[in-house]
Amino acid sequence: MNQRSLLGLFTDEDTAADALDALQAEGYGTKEYEVLTGTPYPEGTFGEAEPIHKLFRWPLIGAACGFIIGLILTTGTQIAYPLVTGGKPILGIPPMAIIMYEGTMLGAILFTVVGIIFESRLPRLFMGAYDTRITEGYIGVAVTTDEERLGKAEEVLRRVGAEDITRG
Amino acid sequence: MQDHIQIDHKDINRDLLSGVLGTPSWWLGAVVFLTLVFLAGIGAFGYMLNKGIGVTGLNRPIMWGFFMTNFVFWIGISHAGIMISAILRLTQAEWRRPITRAAEVMTVFSLMAALMAAPLVHVGRPWRAALWVFPYDFARGVWPNIRSPFIWDPSAVMTYLTASSLFVFVALLPDLAVIRDRATGKWAPKIYSALCMGWRGTPRQWKLQALAGILLSALVLPVFVSVHSIVSWDFAVNIGVEGWHSTIFAPYFIIGAIHSGVSAVAMLMAVMVWLWKLDKYIRPDHFDAIGRLLIVVATTWFFFFFLEWVFALYTLEGPELALRELQVFQWPYIFLFILFLMTAYFIPVPLWLFKKVRRSIPLMFFTTVLVNVGMWLERFLIIIPGMARKTPLTFDWGTYHPSLVEILMVASTFAWVALGMLLFSKVFPLIPIFDIKEGMVFRDEVKIGRRTIPASIRE
Repeated sequence: MNQRSLLGLFTDEDTAADALDALQAEGYGTKEYEVLTGTPYPEGTFGEAEPIHKLFRWPLIGAACGFIIGLILTTGTQIAYPLVTGGKPILGIPPMAIIMYEGTMLGAILFTVVGIIFESRLPRLFMGAYDTRITEGYIGVAVTTDEERLGKAEEVLRRVGAEDITRG
Repeated sequence: MQDHIQIDHKDINRDLLSGVLGTPSWWLGAVVFLTLVFLAGIGAFGYMLNKGIGVTGLNRPIMWGFFMTNFVFWIGISHAGIMISAILRLTQAEWRRPITRAAEVMTVFSLMAALMAAPLVHVGRPWRAALWVFPYDFARGVWPNIRSPFIWDPSAVMTYLTASSLFVFVALLPDLAVIRDRATGKWAPKIYSALCMGWRGTPRQWKLQALAGILLSALVLPVFVSVHSIVSWDFAVNIGVEGWHSTIFAPYFIIGAIHSGVSAVAMLMAVMVWLWKLDKYIRPDHFDAIGRLLIVVATTWFFFFFLEWVFALYTLEGPELALRELQVFQWPYIFLFILFLMTAYFIPVPLWLFKKVRRSIPLMFFTTVLVNVGMWLERFLIIIPGMARKTPLTFDWGTYHPSLVEILMVASTFAWVALGMLLFSKVFPLIPIFDIKEGMVFRDEVKIGRRTIPASIRE
């Protein structure tokens, strides 16, 4: 089926929430519509489903990778040419711990950033239905569904009080 | 925060993007001036490369002079971003909103200045810095000695720089979308579109953005602590210099860094109000809050400074006492020591006790400039007198006179940070737009008895 999208613009939170209720009542699934805002609102403001993510796994995996790389770097490089300096042990735990710590933190941070981008479903190559007024304070309700159901969705959005409707 | 103005989203976009979508009249002149100062430093650096490190005032036994002082100073300033952004974000302090971005960006440029000040300049032959990372004998595979603090330093600073830059980038994503929607011309919309990666503002993206702020803050904080600890160990693990070999150096350096860093943020806030006319967003209440924070930070720093002296004098060891005498009673250090104490603590802190001072932008600017003069001198007074004295592992006495080459290179780091901030402000907003808008959404007025008080609602 050919999927198309449209966007209804609302000026206040209550009407946008009503639009989501109305879409749900008309049989649209939660994956067929989403709210677009220029401001972070508290979760559930529009009655939308709570997003599920696995972000907290990313820093843990990154930290483990960073720790292992730090361990290999500090032991491997010193063992590769075991040059005793100042009578100190070839593998000294305190200085190794410093570099391994930085490696662990760097790994955790890099993976977290990749995780944030991935879990945010970015980069997004095609914007779909979008309007620049969203970053001016309008609340957008985007519906992406089969082409023949789009007309009904437009009717629902108009009925609940959309200021404007654009097709993507 | 009693002092609040409710502003429409459209006006927020217009105000906070005025520097991006337009060009303030003073901007070009400032950029040209700072570029010239920066280039003068680069010229001095080139001259030093050509003639050798002898053109500086560095000589036995003082081999760490202005460059290392400046390195420690800029590392200190870089702690501002994380102190303000991460800690205030984690504690959900409402007054953080207009100042987090500028503080984070200052962190990034300060770290670059720190890297310019020490590894690239101080070593005399900067290409040797590569040997801190790669084997300096490829044939036999002799790698850098990880027991040296000069290996710990780049690993910590580069981790911090990477983390801070990514922190800035992640928090910029929603604002990049705002610019994308407003940019005109052929290339600007395309570039901002690519940078924001197709941000639309779905609940999922906002949730991840909120989590990113908390998670990255929590991850960057331990790095922030490690960076200045490691910088302090450049000194503290050195057993040959009295005054450096101290167990208290790590926390003492960290709190000193926070003192100078937070002061630099207050300075920056004043500059933003004056130059970008952001007085609707950065209010006297914000200066009041940062002033209160500074009283606590400055006094904690002073406590560590006091402890460092107690530990040094309590042992009654001859060389240590002689070093302290040099720092406090001999010219020119006596003058610098008095200037340092007055500017870093005894003038600003008593002034900050007064609400009128904390709410006055010119006075907050003046006092925080004083703090940074004092904190630069603090690093100078730790480094130079320590090395000037003959110690068991050195054979010379000496003094230090910075050369014009060093002065120009130090000036160029200041120009670099200011220039970086100005160039950043031309392409990205210095105040996080989405954070301000969120603050407006969560604002309300509460009626208590006969008073109506502005309040912030929190989830």
